[in-house]
Amino acid sequence: MKIKVIVTLKKGVLDPQGKAIQQTLNGMTFSDVKQVRQGKYFDIDVNMEDEKKAKARVEEMCKKLLANLVIEDYKIL
Amino acid sequence: MKSAVIVFPGSNCDRDMDVALKKFGFKNEMVWHNNPEIPKSDLIVLPGGFSYGDYLRCGCIAAKSKIINSVVKFANSGGLVLGICNGFQILTETGLLPGILQQNKYQKFICKNVYVKVNDKKNKYFKNIKKEILELHIAHNEGNYFCSDDELKCLKDNNQIAITYCDKNGKETEDLNPNGALNNIAGIFNKNKNILGMMPHPERMIDKYLSSNDGEFFFENLIENLK
Repeated sequence: MKIKVIVTLKKGVLDPQGKAIQQTLNGMTFSDVKQVRQGKYFDIDVNMEDEKKAKARVEEMCKKLLANLVIEDYKIL
Repeated sequence: MKSAVIVFPGSNCDRDMDVALKKFGFKNEMVWHNNPEIPKSDLIVLPGGFSYGDYLRCGCIAAKSKIINSVVKFANSGGLVLGICNGFQILTETGLLPGILQQNKYQKFICKNVYVKVNDKKNKYFKNIKKEILELHIAHNEGNYFCSDDELKCLKDNNQIAITYCDKNGKETEDLNPNGALNNIAGIFNKNKNILGMMPHPERMIDKYLSSNDGEFFFENLIENLK
């Protein structure tokens, strides 16, 4: 079963890459872009049948490795 | 005095550290990260570099290595653990030190000499150090120290801010902050001050013909304090 996870920086945490992307977009033809926040996407294939249990397992992975909760939030899709 | 430098795939300051430790009298051993045990040591060093290619987050994969459990055990029993640059990042990822090292504010890899001020001398690392403003080298892309307001308060209240970026006279201003680190933080201790994580590289400053030799003050003093 595949579980998708998105890890993003918490609100207010400095995101220099997101800022650079925003400025680049503004310099192209996208002057309407107000802010860009960059994140990470994980596609995790777990050897489990039960979706609820698989998501609980992935949540554990998020807390222990995939996200650093000092600056990042995770979302299991 | 015995020391151990832990080597991860991608460490690249491990041999410099080995040279520096031996120069000042440590009997040093290099220990591969896959070993479950660390030889009996008075000091464990997590060296600089790019462990595991900085994948996912700097230091986070190394923080899950086999040997880390022994490092945590050693640290929790009061043993001295020093993390330099990537080693500092590993220490925050293991949770032995609070906070995290984020990407530099201006997105540049910084490689230059800086001055840092020693803020606390009531510890084994800096007690009796002859010089309180050291010229050291930094080389990093993720050295922007960040932690929560509560953690910062805790660091200040317990004098855990070990060294801060400053000018050669010890003045700390925002324009001397190379990477955007909170409060110009270049290095911090844990509460008991047996664990020190710092971005600057003292091991690169031990030869007056190649660099400044301010790193000598650090190592000479450290071994004296351990005797």
